[in-house]
Amino acid sequence: MIQAINSALDICMSRDPDVLVFGEDVGYFGGVFRCTAGLQKKYGKTRCFDTPISEGGMLGAAVGMGVYGLRPVAEIQFADYIYPAFDQLVSELARLRHRSAGEFHAPVTVRTPCGGGIFGGQTHSQSPEGVFTHVCGLKTVMPSNPFDAKGLLIAAIEDDDPVVFFEPKRIYNGPFDGHHDKPLQPWGKHPMGEVPEEHYRIELGRANVVREGADCTILCYGTMVHVALAGAEEAHVDAEVVDLRTLLPVDMETIEASVKKTGRCLILHEATKTSGYGAELLSLVQEHCFWHLEAPIQRVTGWDTPYPHAFEWHYFPGPARLAKALTRLMED
Amino acid sequence: MDDAPQERLRLHIPEPKVRPGATPDFSDIEVPEAGILDRPPIDADDQTLHDFAFAMIRVLDEEHRAVGDWNPHLDADTLRRGLRYMLHTRLFDEAMLRCQRQGKTSFYMKCTGEEAVAVAQAMAHRPDDMFFPSYRQQGLLVARDWPLVDLMCQIFNNPKDRTRGRQLPVLYSARDANFFSISGNLGTQYPQAVGWAMASAYKHDSRIAAAWVGDGTTAEADFHHALTFATVYQAPVILNVVNNQWAISSYQGIAGGEQSTFASRAVGYGLPGLRVDGNDFLAVYGATQWACERARSNAGPTLIETFTYRAAAHSTSDDPSGYRPANEEQAWPLGDPIERLKQHLITLGEWDEERHEALTEELRAAVKADLKTAESYGTLGTLPDEPRSMFDDVFKELPWHLREQRDEMEKL
Ligand SMILES: Cc1ncc(C[n+]2csc(CCOP(=O)(O)OP(=O)(O)O)c2C)c(N)n1
Ligand SMILES: [Mg+2]
Repeated sequence: MIQAINSALDICMSRDPDVLVFGEDVGYFGGVFRCTAGLQKKYGKTRCFDTPISEGGMLGAAVGMGVYGLRPVAEIQFADYIYPAFDQLVSELARLRHRSAGEFHAPVTVRTPCGGGIFGGQTHSQSPEGVFTHVCGLKTVMPSNPFDAKGLLIAAIEDDDPVVFFEPKRIYNGPFDGHHDKPLQPWGKHPMGEVPEEHYRIELGRANVVREGADCTILCYGTMVHVALAGAEEAHVDAEVVDLRTLLPVDMETIEASVKKTGRCLILHEATKTSGYGAELLSLVQEHCFWHLEAPIQRVTGWDTPYPHAFEWHYFPGPARLAKALTRLMED
Repeated sequence: MDDAPQERLRLHIPEPKVRPGATPDFSDIEVPEAGILDRPPIDADDQTLHDFAFAMIRVLDEEHRAVGDWNPHLDADTLRRGLRYMLHTRLFDEAMLRCQRQGKTSFYMKCTGEEAVAVAQAMAHRPDDMFFPSYRQQGLLVARDWPLVDLMCQIFNNPKDRTRGRQLPVLYSARDANFFSISGNLGTQYPQAVGWAMASAYKHDSRIAAAWVGDGTTAEADFHHALTFATVYQAPVILNVVNNQWAISSYQGIAGGEQSTFASRAVGYGLPGLRVDGNDFLAVYGATQWACERARSNAGPTLIETFTYRAAAHSTSDDPSGYRPANEEQAWPLGDPIERLKQHLITLGEWDEERHEALTEELRAAVKADLKTAESYGTLGTLPDEPRSMFDDVFKELPWHLREQRDEMEKL
């Protein structure tokens, strides 16, 4: 997935001289996760560079560059460190087009690794996507595999609205279904690990049905797509797994079609539960599909605690928890 | 409108002089002679102190003698204690790095080459002063005689881990050592230290606060919030910048260190900034002592830049060979803090190679024994507690929704 992201950045930079890539350690070194490796060498240090450790400064500057007419792609080293930039994201970037009635806008893409499962403790594991979907004016994306990551990132960079692009770091090097004691499978062996060299886009706002099924619908994204597939298999449930890919604007058409078909719905995310993105999904399903539901909607999420370093696997909503919730969903 | 040809603008991106493959080059670092700066009165008007932000306070000279006004005149026992703490810190770091390689902990961060900063500063403070550190000041705890077994247990997240497995290794908490819980988010502790100091002043207490950030972290807004609050309220706080030249792969120029010194950030805010040779134990001690006296006598806060070098990797997740020349630390013009204090003690006739060898052996054995004790309680993979404990301390009392989630987890 790292190479796919790198390739998306490379293609956008080669096609458009106004695309700039920057962030902490992204220049010469190529990023702590290597997503920007080689870009400074290829495009020069004024197009791919290190920034001071100032997330607020980085995104403030990105807004200014965007206003000038550039297409900045900023990397926040960990999603856990996005908060110093909160004001620039929420009060400025998200609302600029609206407050100036279209006179100004900034087509900024913010890339940031999220999620746990890497022994990162509470400040290298968070999934704050729901915070950003709650802010009006920010598109929010989270891919679950290399093929999507590349197509979505290109679409995000080419989009004229600001996009927060979350990269689940646990699946940077291979799919992960929550069985942490099993050896890591590299992306090379996964059908979605194959990434075309050329430019392609996956339109924002389009979900992907990664597994068709008749019993129930699992709404998920990022790492949890792989957990969903494993959990459904372990519970012997013929689940339809919908990878949302874009959380905002969300693909209601696909969600609605699936839930109306199966009549049962489970929402799965790694982020904490209360006021999480799952709560929004639950409301949407309730609003759109109420008369088709045969059972209460289930939510499987991270617990409402900070991510505990030593209890990572008790915290992570893995396939066992999912399987149990699926059984409950099917019983009702 | 002027029709003279206009110069085209250019975007400036700072870059270090050398990269991997090249020879280390520190030729533009000016190392002033030791002992040449006077030590101003502790209540000196900050307007008269600007030069200290651009100079470098140094006490140990080329012949390993302590010279000049900033010499804190410590007795030989105190110097030997400083040497012991620094060496102990280094050997602790080496042992923990090995533990990480052996899979006993997921992560570790060394402070190699920077030991004088935390050790001399802790010794110059009173034991009840409150410290708000970053992750690279383990020497503060060593110099406060905090048991290393406790730190090891925090690193291993074993049942004796006082933070109950909640934190990434090295993000210690040690309330009884007046050492604040370390955050993973850079710089947040800086304004918090100022607030603690304001509270101490409000209560007419005699304790002061100190905080540490790295060169890279001076770019965070929290750094600037702290300076503003410190100066506005004349808070009894010492704000330290440990300039170890690197912030992971970014050299200090990316934090604005090429245009001016980090100590000089103080000037614009109206507080004294002292730039100090961070590998000179006596200079660090002397400067900190001055700032402590100043703060304790209601004469206000001080910013101290300790100029040093991060000799090791940023952390166990980092490999510096990807961004800086190999062996750069050996070319560092300010030498090694342990070696320099050792040579000073030898020059005084208060130390020798045999005693140094014996001390090294003694401390190595002590670290080994501590490690054995800590490991007997468990290393990475041993759970510190029942998993249900993760729901404690989110709030003082468990609300219904967390109780429900805890029950759900236990039923799995
Ligand atoms: C708010 C925030 N942004 C980014 C990071 C990631 N990070 C951890 S350490 C570090 C470098 C810090 O460098 P410096 O302040 O010079 O301290 P040093 O490591 O050299 O002691 C970075 C960027 C973080 N922990 N918190
Ligand atoms: Mg540094």
